[in-house]
Amino acid sequence: MSVESFIGIGDRLQPSAAAILRRRVFGHTTFVFGAGTLAFILLVALNASWLAPHDPYAQNLAQRLIPPIWNADGSWTHVLGTDQLGRDYLSRVIYGTRISLLIGTAAMTMSGLIGTTLGVLAGYFGGRIDLAINFIITTRLAMPIILVALAVAALAGSSLENVILVLGLLLWDRFAVVTRSVTLQVRGLDYVAAAQAVGCSSLRVLASEILPNILNAIIVVATLEMANAILLEAALSFLGVGVPSPLPSWGLMIAEGKEYMFFTPWVITIPGVALFTLVLAINLLGDGVRDLTAPENRN
Amino acid sequence: MTALLAVEELHVEIPLALGTLRPVRGVSFEVERGKTLSIVGESGCGKSLTSLAIMNLLPRGARRTATRLGFGGSDLLGLDEREMADLRGNEIAMIFQEPMTSLNPAFTIGNQLEEALLRHRKVARGEARARAVYLLEKVGITAAPERLRQYPHQLSGGLRQRVMIAMALMCGPKLIIADEPTTALDVTIQAQILHLLAALRREFEMGVILITHDLGVVARIADRVAVMYAGEIVESGSVEEIFARPLHPYTQGLMRCIPVPGKSRRGEHLGSIPGMVPSLIGALRGCAFSNRCSHAFERCAVESVALGEIAPGRAYRCLLSAEACARNALEAAAQ
Amino acid sequence: MLAYFLKRSLVALLVAITVSIISFMLLHLSGDLAQALAGPAATAADVEQVRKSYGLDRPLPVQYLEWGGRALRGDFGQSFFNREPVFDMIAERLPITMTLGATALALALALSIPLGIVAAVRPNTWLDRLALTVSVFGQALPSFWFGLLLIILFGLDLRWLPVSGTGGWRYYVMPSIALAYYATPAFMRLTRAGMLEVLASDYIRTARAKGLRPASVLFKHALRNAIIPVVAVAAVQFGFLLGGSIVVESVFSLHGVGYLGWEAISRADFPVVQAIVLVLACIYIVLTLFADMLNAFLDPRIRVR
Repeated sequence: MSVESFIGIGDRLQPSAAAILRRRVFGHTTFVFGAGTLAFILLVALNASWLAPHDPYAQNLAQRLIPPIWNADGSWTHVLGTDQLGRDYLSRVIYGTRISLLIGTAAMTMSGLIGTTLGVLAGYFGGRIDLAINFIITTRLAMPIILVALAVAALAGSSLENVILVLGLLLWDRFAVVTRSVTLQVRGLDYVAAAQAVGCSSLRVLASEILPNILNAIIVVATLEMANAILLEAALSFLGVGVPSPLPSWGLMIAEGKEYMFFTPWVITIPGVALFTLVLAINLLGDGVRDLTAPENRN
Repeated sequence: MTALLAVEELHVEIPLALGTLRPVRGVSFEVERGKTLSIVGESGCGKSLTSLAIMNLLPRGARRTATRLGFGGSDLLGLDEREMADLRGNEIAMIFQEPMTSLNPAFTIGNQLEEALLRHRKVARGEARARAVYLLEKVGITAAPERLRQYPHQLSGGLRQRVMIAMALMCGPKLIIADEPTTALDVTIQAQILHLLAALRREFEMGVILITHDLGVVARIADRVAVMYAGEIVESGSVEEIFARPLHPYTQGLMRCIPVPGKSRRGEHLGSIPGMVPSLIGALRGCAFSNRCSHAFERCAVESVALGEIAPGRAYRCLLSAEACARNALEAAAQ
Repeated sequence: MLAYFLKRSLVALLVAITVSIISFMLLHLSGDLAQALAGPAATAADVEQVRKSYGLDRPLPVQYLEWGGRALRGDFGQSFFNREPVFDMIAERLPITMTLGATALALALALSIPLGIVAAVRPNTWLDRLALTVSVFGQALPSFWFGLLLIILFGLDLRWLPVSGTGGWRYYVMPSIALAYYATPAFMRLTRAGMLEVLASDYIRTARAKGLRPASVLFKHALRNAIIPVVAVAAVQFGFLLGGSIVVESVFSLHGVGYLGWEAISRADFPVVQAIVLVLACIYIVLTLFADMLNAFLDPRIRVR
């Protein structure tokens, strides 16, 4: 007489692994929404030249500040209206996706590389290297980052490349902190000790054992920092030291529209909504990844 | 004499994604004033959940049902949460297994002791403090007034468990449920704590439910014993009857696992019960112990077995007759 | 305990010095300061003139040490723009920023802690999901845009609050809200996570077994333990809020230290910029030390022996 003879129970105990994964992924609305919206925005960015009805840089002073389609004076030629220089807003919003996505991804990648390297080195080697890197991280955290970013961006000149550089070189702290603590955890696990006992070099252990395990943490932080970078670029451009005019950065559009916002509020609401949607999608994606890879967090 | 606590047909169910888990399946027993009932069983047999179900402190998602939970004239089943909270710590007190984590690290011992009394009685703080000192001394803690100002992390495990016992006594409860109170402690401290519990029970005339997996503990201070297996009571009786003549094959197996000074010879195998507890998800067919029982036959896997009383207060759950069980016990003892 | 505190203070001092060096280097190396000061219309000769008169032609380490030496005495030099002592300029505006930061922090905590508690007591219900959703939305709003929307709503349409400027308490309401909401989601999640963990602990089970009322279990026993990390994070977050105030102050024309920093940057008034970076960094460092002490004070396990 054995447990397995309770056949009915045995079957119910093992739904297929694929079914479990499917349930988790699609049952998880935040991840789906986030990924879907982000994919949509990415598609818009890639196909901007087909999708945009007008040239985003074309000025037409006779057509200034036309309201969007839902307003009484709107028209279908300019679905989202025009700005103070007569440029079509829909086209500028569409092309603006490129700027935000580009800066977000590039800054996130740069800061991710810097931060992950620092964090893994600190966590893996410990000792003096850990102390030194901890000191670096603490110093970075003590700096008022927006102020420093503003100052450097102002002095170095406002350009797309400079914005990416400044953000990439400043936003690595969370990567470092998180990868360091995860590396510390993983380092203590048995199979890492096993790999070292067999004689694998440090580099090999790092690449084959440690990195795959910190991947989950990196992805979550990456989404956070990408959102952060996009918001910071918007703030820098809003204050005039980010992406230069006439590029259609959403932050810049809000800055340029500020003087008209009392009479024609859409000039700031539309780019703001675009920013909000993109950042929201990235955050939801990150949340979804976090919940999926650590389901106990949901409780 | 009417029982202090009468539990009738207690069930606990936990709905899971895989099915309904039934860790407690129709448990019934009585506790009398001034007596100790010990519920014995291995980990996972449902004994802790039984006590939590009585107190209505089950984890979220778990459901309890029972025919009756009679306590001091009323039925606990009919009480709402507020009335139940009035009883907890007041007339029924509980002592848990992990003294190291059962006290709040942010407050002093004194604060937590006094709070137990102040919650249920309208007394001045000074009076509560006096009672706390009195009980700390009763449980054998020296320098009681100074201890009141200390924090839990400053005390050892044994001391903390004594504090837990004192805390349970603050309101003079009629019933104490002690869930494995000594399992996390050193063997020497164990003896002291058990001795203390027995003395307090006598002095304050309380009923005690002592939950444990250790038969040695049972032998020391229990008056009556209920053996639990897979969510059911499989045997019950007075402690003398159970130890002298265990009837149920599981109880017999447990007895064999205890090394007896003088009887167990060096190099001899200690007894063990082969096999594993069956899954408690869904309904079980037949006797829950049948897959591990050396005396099992075909009917055991198919027929459900009721708890049969052979004498007042003496019952067991097996298809074999009492004489057959007793014979098995004698054979095993002779080996 | 004292030795630990001293060691931390020493490290803090080193960090402050490093920050000052880094900000100094960044400012001097990321562009030609003399050029920036002279302006776009200046000739090469003009730029050289500017360079000499401001002492920018000397070796960098010399410039730094001179500046550092004076800074230790509280002398941050004079503004390149209006010749005022930088120290005075900062001292005048710092209280405004501190008030803004403190109000924002208080607002954020007042909103997030109750939300976090509610979410923890009823996890995975619609209330919990709602709180989490609100927090996710909050983190996606750009602060300057939110500020502008607030201006349109409260300043223009409803006319309850002044649109911009510095003055009485009314001028702080919208800026505080704009600054506070960004910190709220993090605090809410921290409170929720902390409460969830604490509510599952053994001593809460003991508290319930003693028959304590739900309010007592929740607030006296659970919250007291769960709030410890939140308080420490709040102290550090205050430092971040101070640094991040620059955007909000610019939107609302609130004349605090952030706004001053922004003005100084646009005028290439780098003594002011350097001084502000150092002051904000020092405040942050002091706050982290304070957060450590708060932790020790609130948790008897650290405080008592």
